Amino acid sequence: MLQDIFITGLVNGGVYALLATGFSLIFGVARIVNVAHSAFYMLAAYCLYTLLTYTGMGMGFAALASVAAVTALSLACYRLFIEPVRQHESAVLIATIALGLIFQELMLRTFGGHYLGIPNALEGVVTFLGVSIPYQRLLILAIAAASLATVWFVLHRTRLGLAIRATANDLEVANLMGMDVRTVAMATMAISVALAAVAGVSVAPVFVVDPFMWLAPLVTVLAVVVLGGLGSLKGSLVGALIIGYVEAITVFLLPQGAFLKGAVALSIMVAVLLARPEGLYGVAFEEER
Amino acid sequence: MAASLSFLARRAWVNLRNDVLVLPSRTVALAWAAAVLLLPVLSDDAYLLRIVAMTCVFAIYAASWDLLAGYAGQVSFGHALFFGAGAYSSALASLELGMPPWLGILLGGAVASAAGALVGYLCLRLRGSYLSLATLAFPLIALGILFAFPERSGGELGLSGVRSIFASRTANYYLIAITMLALVYALWAIADSRFGLLLHAIRDDEVAARASGIDTPRYKLAAFAISASAAGIAGALYAHFMRGAGPSTLDVGLSFQAVIWGIFGGVATIYGPVVAVFVLYPLTEWLGSFTAFGEMRLLIFALIVLVVLLFMPRGLTPWVRDRIETPCPRCKERSAAWRATCRICGVALRAAARVPAAAPPPRALTGPGTPRASSRLP
Repeated sequence: MLQDIFITGLVNGGVYALLATGFSLIFGVARIVNVAHSAFYMLAAYCLYTLLTYTGMGMGFAALASVAAVTALSLACYRLFIEPVRQHESAVLIATIALGLIFQELMLRTFGGHYLGIPNALEGVVTFLGVSIPYQRLLILAIAAASLATVWFVLHRTRLGLAIRATANDLEVANLMGMDVRTVAMATMAISVALAAVAGVSVAPVFVVDPFMWLAPLVTVLAVVVLGGLGSLKGSLVGALIIGYVEAITVFLLPQGAFLKGAVALSIMVAVLLARPEGLYGVAFEEER
Repeated sequence: MAASLSFLARRAWVNLRNDVLVLPSRTVALAWAAAVLLLPVLSDDAYLLRIVAMTCVFAIYAASWDLLAGYAGQVSFGHALFFGAGAYSSALASLELGMPPWLGILLGGAVASAAGALVGYLCLRLRGSYLSLATLAFPLIALGILFAFPERSGGELGLSGVRSIFASRTANYYLIAITMLALVYALWAIADSRFGLLLHAIRDDEVAARASGIDTPRYKLAAFAISASAAGIAGALYAHFMRGAGPSTLDVGLSFQAVIWGIFGGVATIYGPVVAVFVLYPLTEWLGSFTAFGEMRLLIFALIVLVVLLFMPRGLTPWVRDRIETPCPRCKERSAAWRATCRICGVALRAAARVPAAAPPPRALTGPGTPRASSRLP
């Protein structure tokens, strides 16, 4: 039981961290609350399914192609639907809601509402501390850790990362210092959606793929991001682990736990917000009145 | 007697002509209210009456969101909590206690109002996006609790067999339509009052409002409670009209519907979301009646919203209103766009309106490569 909770919490936390980091990044840089974020995660899973079923590509190559395709699609959506209404915060918000709904309905039209399964990339289990862990879950964990490390490297050790952090810190000053904030926003969008797509392709074999698979993680990711603090990467990681473990504990220990896991996780978020309105690691946007 | 009656009639006509018919938007609003009230006289189609009644229920819901989000700036992503609280509490009161529907509807409003005050209290210190994302959590927490006690709440199937308000279809329609007109008018009057002005101040700059001596937490709580009670009454009407309440009344989708209707119609107007519901809800129902489109209803809905927003980013009603009415440059009162002079002070409208268009404001600071960069931050 304890080991189950440990492993499930860690794996789910890793997936939430991938999604939440991307969500937090684009919010920090462009102040976009991208409701369609987890819809891209769903699209990546569908893309992987299509490539594996109809083209007979290898798993690794299909996964890379899915991530690339979904990232390109997100950039097109950003240019066509989000950038023209960037001055109107509320319009951006419902543009992303509408995008999410459109993707969901398109997938429903194309593939139907039933669950689709994807074979595991790695078969077999490893026994660790008396609990058997499928290799696929370990792979998810490894991919999540590698992606997060890459993002950290890009943000803290490259010029692009410097520009992204500067823009997130103060858009106007970054603009005055000669950074092309538009390109920075595009690059951030690409990184953010690529993370969501990586999460999508890596969990697709473990979870079922269906057109509504984006709604549950969306709510969880919003909870993670608010809990950790909007715009803070460390906060996203810590928040993701907290929410992942709270969910795992609820499911394994409480009766009716599967129904209550969302409610308990969200109650934790509300409790943290009561004590710290800006989340665990968030900065209070006091100057942005 | 006859003389005083004719005097009253003449005065009513003069008021109507001078205050309502002079402005196209007011004329449209009057015609719309009359059309809503006269519909059962003109048509006996059960399907049409049902659709318009549902539209009225959602119009109350969308308008209540606008008071909270548009005026007070507390952009709630969890407005379905109040709708669902009203629907479930009045349905439970009707089923378990045998409460008469009119009392149940009031109870629904009261329970929702209490829920609104609770959410408002928990969210008092949150701002902007934090508030939006945190409010999203509350209907889902409520949903989780409902699912954990299926024997009381009906679980995923919801409650059914709630008594309808009146036996006759027309009476039900009139109750809903008149409630809608009264509540929308009340919300508009609240938004237009001193209280609404204070909410406006809180939205624009909470710190400054506080520094000016406004008790901002109290006003925010009041905004939450008032808006939630209207949404709760809408939910209770829904439960009695549909004769049941299900988990869909607490759905994320319904919360997002309020946001979509509100922003599509134009925020901080009250009438904007009502217009949006009256345009979008019958439109999607009508499209859904075609078998070819039936399953693509949500897709078409989302596409319409997306495309309209690209052209009218401030929403539908502000865009239309700017086309049919012009504000006076001197007294700021609005006149019909086809008038040459202001209807109040007689200043010429056309020439004045052309001046700002001819001389665009200089845009030197950001340089040519980065258009409007400085206005990107909210």
